[in-house]
Amino acid sequence: MERFVVLEGVAAPLDRSKVDTDQILPARFLRRPRKEGYAQFLFRDWRDDPGFVLNRDAFRAARILVADRNFGGGSSREQAPWALADYGIRCVIAADFGDIFYANALKTGVLPVVLEARVCQALRGALHARPGARMRVDLPAQAVTAPDGATYPFAIDPFHKQCLLEGLDDVGITLQHEAAIAAFESRYRQRFGWLFHGNV
Amino acid sequence: MGRTLYEKVWDAHAIVEGHGGQTLLHVGRHLVHDGSMHAFEFLHERGLKVRRPDQAFATPDHGVSTLVHRIEAIADAEQRRVVQLLARNTRAAGIVHFSLEDPRQGIVHVVGPEQGITQPGLVIVCGDSHTSTHGALGALAFGAGASEITHVLATQTTWQRRSKTMRIAVDGALPEGVTAKDVILAIIARVGANGAAGHVIEYAGTTIRAMSIEERLTVCNMSIEAGARAGMIAPDETTFAYLAGRPYAPAGAAWDEALAYWRTLPSDADARFDAEVSLDATALAPMVTWGNSPEDACPVTGTVPDPAAEADPERRAYLRRTLDYMGLAPGMALTDIAVDQVFIGSCTNARLEDLRAAARVARRGRAKVPVLVSPGSTQVKLAAEKEGLDRVFRAAGFEWRESGCSMCVAMNGDVVPAGKRCASTSNRNFVGRQGKGSRTHLLSPAMAAAAALTGRITDVRTL
Ligand code: SF4
Repeated sequence: MERFVVLEGVAAPLDRSKVDTDQILPARFLRRPRKEGYAQFLFRDWRDDPGFVLNRDAFRAARILVADRNFGGGSSREQAPWALADYGIRCVIAADFGDIFYANALKTGVLPVVLEARVCQALRGALHARPGARMRVDLPAQAVTAPDGATYPFAIDPFHKQCLLEGLDDVGITLQHEAAIAAFESRYRQRFGWLFHGNV
Repeated sequence: MGRTLYEKVWDAHAIVEGHGGQTLLHVGRHLVHDGSMHAFEFLHERGLKVRRPDQAFATPDHGVSTLVHRIEAIADAEQRRVVQLLARNTRAAGIVHFSLEDPRQGIVHVVGPEQGITQPGLVIVCGDSHTSTHGALGALAFGAGASEITHVLATQTTWQRRSKTMRIAVDGALPEGVTAKDVILAIIARVGANGAAGHVIEYAGTTIRAMSIEERLTVCNMSIEAGARAGMIAPDETTFAYLAGRPYAPAGAAWDEALAYWRTLPSDADARFDAEVSLDATALAPMVTWGNSPEDACPVTGTVPDPAAEADPERRAYLRRTLDYMGLAPGMALTDIAVDQVFIGSCTNARLEDLRAAARVARRGRAKVPVLVSPGSTQVKLAAEKEGLDRVFRAAGFEWRESGCSMCVAMNGDVVPAGKRCASTSNRNFVGRQGKGSRTHLLSPAMAAAAALTGRITDVRTL
């Protein structure tokens, strides 16, 4: 995973609530090999519309997306954050996120930031007023800086913060707990023996 | 203070607690389907092995052809490749695989309970959001993306934040024509599409208690449509009777041991929930969705909302673009909506009881529009054929197919064409879900069959 420390870049306003993962990455592209990249499939069915925000010159190079309520609900497809990351968007700000999308984004190095709905709305308004304006997302300080310089704090679990800051993938962290896992497994197999009768 | 069902299952699987807000949980059972190729690829790239192949079970569903269960019948090369990869990856790892030709094949969320793989008290993970289904038997079951699945394959564990708990109590007898699907649609309409975010739901109350396991599976299946991490129902005599004798369920002395444990799982009387919701089942009607979010559900006797009457600008904008996409006029009666086709299938509503309910309606007429019926598993298909349901469907002009996800996600070639309208027993009505430009109305199997006979959304109680 690519590290995430401080991100500064163009922010694009996405004036829609309930952007589900089928919109972020339609199902017909799910089977594409990861290595070929997913950038061209991001919001694929909206990209035909010349008025769509990422089709406007000022927002094409967006690195931050400011959305509305309920971003990323629906399917568990990690391909949705892959498409965002491959396009260059490393941070999505919204009032709330689909639970699985939130987890998948963190694993992809895309930072999901929860800010109040009215703050998201104000930020989108500011970005419309000054197309191409930049914002700053500071993970160590856990703060977002709006185009006008105002800052907004956000929350993140220390575990995820550490993974992002160091570009760590959690399999490595988990394997450090090998002794605890092995001990747990042998207890589990004893206690729930019926789960292991004649499976294979 | 007492503990909830969720907390008991969590505690029994916690390995390392409180690591920066996260807990390392053991995964009791991992369910695998043909979408798992990315996770296996990541695993191989890192030179890691499947840690506990005996705790994983696989079956192809998303990409399989419903015309005939043969690999050559999968028209799309990518889908064919991933179904083949599933066979290869599971064979190499030593994971049980119910292949295309195996009579135990089916949609992963139908197969788990059916085979007795899903059991009370387990943490179950699968690379699919509708993993919440398995909570119907008292398991803690949730979906995950490819990297998380790689993690589960490699370590048989998952890092999770403890969720808040929400109890949804549904009480009273269901009126005639009202089904489990209508109950869960009514719940989502009430709670909102992300209203249960950060929570695990426990469904309780007399209505839920009176439900069969198949009905409970329908309810828990759509927990994710309310944004919940998972949905659960305390195991009871209905659960135990359902599990007894299933292939992977314990037997003999092991059954007694398991049963004694399962009986300890229900939430304690003094357990506290972070949120409480209650619903009067006696006031419910058959439900149908008009929009592009499962929360856009209302009684079939209702009308399409009017954006002009909406005060909130964000909501008004949503209504405008949704009615435009769905091709609906404000204020029109839902029963005036003509449909082009009907889909009876998916992990929500394609078990035997669902097919029986659809067949009861199908007996009363002939389809006016094309209808595709895809049983949730090959076992369901065989059982339905034994009862003659396939003949009932065929006599009514419904098409009887093989099992798979089919038109629920439109990855296997079963697609609703752009601009066409489908009455569907599946779980998502998102823009383009059943194919680019498709329009979906979610409803119960009986309501879907009624729509098939009349060619429009129909109140099954008036048919
Ligand atoms: S039937 Fe639909 S919802 Fe269920 S697993 Fe398949 S694609 Fe997902």
